[in-house]
Amino acid sequence: MDINDLRSIVTVAGLLCFLAIVGWAYGKGSKKGFEEAANLPFAERDDDGAASRTSHPR
Amino acid sequence: MSGTQTTYNDKVVRQFAVMTVIWGIVGMLVGVIIAAQLVWPELNIGPWLHFGRLRPLHTNAVIFAFGGCALFATSYWCVQRTSHARLWGGPLVPFTFWGWQIIIVLAAITLPLGITSGKEYAELEWPIDLLITAVWVSYALVFFGTIAVRKVSHIYVANWFFGAFIIAVALLHIVNSMEMPVSLTKSYSMYSGVQDAMIQWWYGHNAVGFFLTAGFLGMMYYFVPKQAGRPVYSYRLSVVHFWALIFTYMWAGPHHLHYTALPDWTQSVGMVFSLILLAPSWGGMINGIMTLSGAWHKLRDDPILKFLITSLSFYGMSTFEGPMMSIKTVNALSHYTDWTVGHVHSGALGWVAMVSIGSIYYLLPRLFGKSEMYSTSLVTAHFWIATIGTVLYIASMWIAGVMQGLMWRAVNTDGTLAYSFVESVKGSYPFWAIRWLGGVLFLTGMLIMAYNMFKTMAGGKTQDMPVVAPAGHHA
Repeated sequence: MDINDLRSIVTVAGLLCFLAIVGWAYGKGSKKGFEEAANLPFAERDDDGAASRTSHPR
Repeated sequence: MSGTQTTYNDKVVRQFAVMTVIWGIVGMLVGVIIAAQLVWPELNIGPWLHFGRLRPLHTNAVIFAFGGCALFATSYWCVQRTSHARLWGGPLVPFTFWGWQIIIVLAAITLPLGITSGKEYAELEWPIDLLITAVWVSYALVFFGTIAVRKVSHIYVANWFFGAFIIAVALLHIVNSMEMPVSLTKSYSMYSGVQDAMIQWWYGHNAVGFFLTAGFLGMMYYFVPKQAGRPVYSYRLSVVHFWALIFTYMWAGPHHLHYTALPDWTQSVGMVFSLILLAPSWGGMINGIMTLSGAWHKLRDDPILKFLITSLSFYGMSTFEGPMMSIKTVNALSHYTDWTVGHVHSGALGWVAMVSIGSIYYLLPRLFGKSEMYSTSLVTAHFWIATIGTVLYIASMWIAGVMQGLMWRAVNTDGTLAYSFVESVKGSYPFWAIRWLGGVLFLTGMLIMAYNMFKTMAGGKTQDMPVVAPAGHHA
């Protein structure tokens, strides 16, 4: 096998891998985890100064 | 709660945050000086303060000193808060601060002396390159060590961006700095010819993509939601945004070498991937701006949000302009002109500097035990002065650049050039003066920020805050 075949395979595998990530990200299974992760910055009590005026999100 | 509660390591954040402002002023002052040298060439005094030596000092100072300190400060803050853990690494943490400051000072000494490896944005000579590697590996250990000891299961998306920035910059720096020393102050690149050029611009463009983009997107994904008081618009989009950037950025470098000895197909690959980059860039911008959806009113009286959201608008502008300029036919007009300089500053002033300034304004009161900055109206003043400065800078460079490109390609009916080079220089003077004015305004904004910062710091408490237990982990 030519080195260029390997290069083509890696490129196509990269594309497929990316499409799989998109499928996973927009799939049903990841919704709950993403919601938890999105709220990570707000687990903080915000007693660290200025943020007293910003209320917690939904 | 036990008496031996761990605290966040905010000392290092405090140090980096303050130095962000200081180095910002230094780097931008050098920028204003070299802008003035283009308008008034008499200002090129002696060899040490000549444009050719001060220009790399300007780029290194604003990218690595100002931008670098901002990235250290924000990533250290964000990774601790979203991991519910103190920075890992013990003495490595202060080493990243002091090591980075020594590198900056060494750059400020060696570049005016003319000690340079001649690679754009990688001018520093080999002993400094080694020190950079040591500091950067320590940074990676501290950052990923903290992620490893996190108390929550998820790794917040901002940390993915910061992490990618740290890994990619390590890779770029090590590969591009492969050089053979001939003395303490001189080395030659291991590569030669077109390979050297390609590796240099693989490095150069990914310095833009990972140092100046991924890291600052990490800032966006933490500080925009925090300041807006609501989670990011779409976490799914942020995941796709991340991987799309990772998969495409590495290929875009060849657009810096259009119409050179680089093989044509490589140039075309670079152009195509640069065009593809528009999609993830705008996806990220929309994700950041839409985080404010339903809370637009906050933009009216919160100058920190103004900085953050305006930075995203400039990010959108420059990531539209960039792909367009990478098209070979457009590049035939724009390359080597001031249009490129304008494009870079649309990203550097409008995006990188503004998102950093907004994030540092968020951090400063929290780092010094205050409820807000000493003066909110001075933050507002800074915002408007910086915005006007940026617009003056970009607009003047667009006009000058397009004019230069058109003059250089104009030919008479007999095929001879219609203009000599110096005529395009003469025509550029008024625009260079406007650019200088834009730079002066931007620098003025930074001086206002420094005043506001020192007033906020005065009498402030610098007590480290206890690490907050994550929800569901009540002590």
